[in-house]
Amino acid sequence: MINKEIKKHFPILNQEINGHPLVYLDSAATSQKPVQVIEAMKAYYELDNSNVHRGVHTLGNRATEKYEGAREKVRNFINARSTEEVIFLRGTTTAINLVAQSYGRANVEEGDEIVITYMEHHSNIIPWQQLAKERGAVLKYIELEEDGTISLEQVRAAITERTKIVSMVYVSNVLGTMNPVKEVAEIAHQHGAVMVVDGAQAAPHLKIDVQELNCDFFAFSGHKMVGPTGIGVLYGKKELLNAMEPVEFGGEMIDFVGLYDSTWKELPWKFEGGTPIIAGAVGLGAAIDFLTEVGLNNIERHEHEMAAYAMDRMSTIEGLNIYGPADPEQRAGIVTFNLDGVHPHDLATVLDMHGVAVRAGHHCAQPLMKWLDVTATARASFYLYNSEADVDRLVDGLRIAKEYFKDVF
Amino acid sequence: MSSNNLDQLYRQVIMDHYKTPRNKGTLEENHITIDMNNPTCGDRIHLTLKVEDGKVADAKFDGEGCSISMASASMMTQAVKGKDVDTALQLSNIFSDMMLGKDYDDSIDLGDIEALQGVSQFPARIKCATLAWKAMERGVQSGEES
Repeated sequence: MINKEIKKHFPILNQEINGHPLVYLDSAATSQKPVQVIEAMKAYYELDNSNVHRGVHTLGNRATEKYEGAREKVRNFINARSTEEVIFLRGTTTAINLVAQSYGRANVEEGDEIVITYMEHHSNIIPWQQLAKERGAVLKYIELEEDGTISLEQVRAAITERTKIVSMVYVSNVLGTMNPVKEVAEIAHQHGAVMVVDGAQAAPHLKIDVQELNCDFFAFSGHKMVGPTGIGVLYGKKELLNAMEPVEFGGEMIDFVGLYDSTWKELPWKFEGGTPIIAGAVGLGAAIDFLTEVGLNNIERHEHEMAAYAMDRMSTIEGLNIYGPADPEQRAGIVTFNLDGVHPHDLATVLDMHGVAVRAGHHCAQPLMKWLDVTATARASFYLYNSEADVDRLVDGLRIAKEYFKDVF
Repeated sequence: MSSNNLDQLYRQVIMDHYKTPRNKGTLEENHITIDMNNPTCGDRIHLTLKVEDGKVADAKFDGEGCSISMASASMMTQAVKGKDVDTALQLSNIFSDMMLGKDYDDSIDLGDIEALQGVSQFPARIKCATLAWKAMERGVQSGEES
């Protein structure tokens, strides 16, 4: 159980929007930040700020300790074997691009296959489209089941001996579906392919164990898990990362620089060109401490409960259609829906006028929208600070919107 | 409270254009075609224009989107049809000023378009309202070149 008092740690939630107490239901886009994260970053800038890995002076050492300390927190959070496998980057998008541009360019050849699914975020589609075009490779999509889940039969049908990379979202940002990435990784490995997991929506909500999943790469962002924007992580198996070339060259990532040739630092630093995202890493470390104290298992349970309650309450509204698996146990706290006769933008505006923040649009997943045969949807996403009272406010807002637009059609 | 603000946005005449759009469809021949979308939200418009002797002789639109974007498209076609290209572009500038909350030239009769004034209070929705106008601008400009 999550204590309802937890909301008090998030200063932003204590405000009125358009005359109503804010109900924030857009955490799948970005989560709010607890005071512990904000204070940790403030303290870093006020007391320890310096550049890392070079200072002989005390502040340089402190900053390095904080930055590398955050890396150890991430290692523990995802159960990587070593901090060498934890690379700090800007976010999930940058992380997947790194895999595509480094591992992909070196290992994907003409006629090879890259396999993804219809439920990917654009950040797990376009890097592969670009790679496929560049290498003359084939980009294949795994079909979805009627209810927006992925069956292993479809996975087995899509992956062949020519498949070099399988990349899949762990938790869908639209359907909320939790995908069987561990089983998919096993199938990928049987065919000699590597498994990339887009964990952007998973890391905030589930206990992640990269060794248990046995994936080769795992990408996630800090800002969706109560951390700051601008920091994310690429986990990769050490033997793969060791064989990969950096994609960004410059300061911080070099070992020795000659006039015409240079060598790279050891892992993980060879992939962290330029002054790193030090304050961001400190903030991410504080976010991990916060989530760990609440307990990822408690958060996951809370999300299922929120999804169940929301789906139950929302289904009492006539003309409201919910996309994705009907069983709340099969989804994280994401409920995407449409209300007959009210376009999602109009719906989001009416809800906003009542203090309820939801997302409306294609959610950066246009191929999935096409599969659902809709141009846009509305999405309510829940996190640890949301409660049943927030769902009630959403449902009240939906009824008001329905009433408001009832004369249109 | 807030429903008053909503009424400022969703004026009766806007809902009327949304429900019964004017000039909905596609021109059959001798037309300029413009397809535009709003990448952040998925709204899209398919606009066909007939420009003859410096005049917008005919205009039709098709597309998908929210009430504001579709009503604005309907009003735009109604406003520019039969006007010369310069006036159509002038209307577009006036509309743009109106959306930005600036003082706008009211020497031209704006008709139904004026009802969209309330959109300027909803920054997230301004792009919905301007999509059709941007498509029209692009269309008449390409018509002038060819």
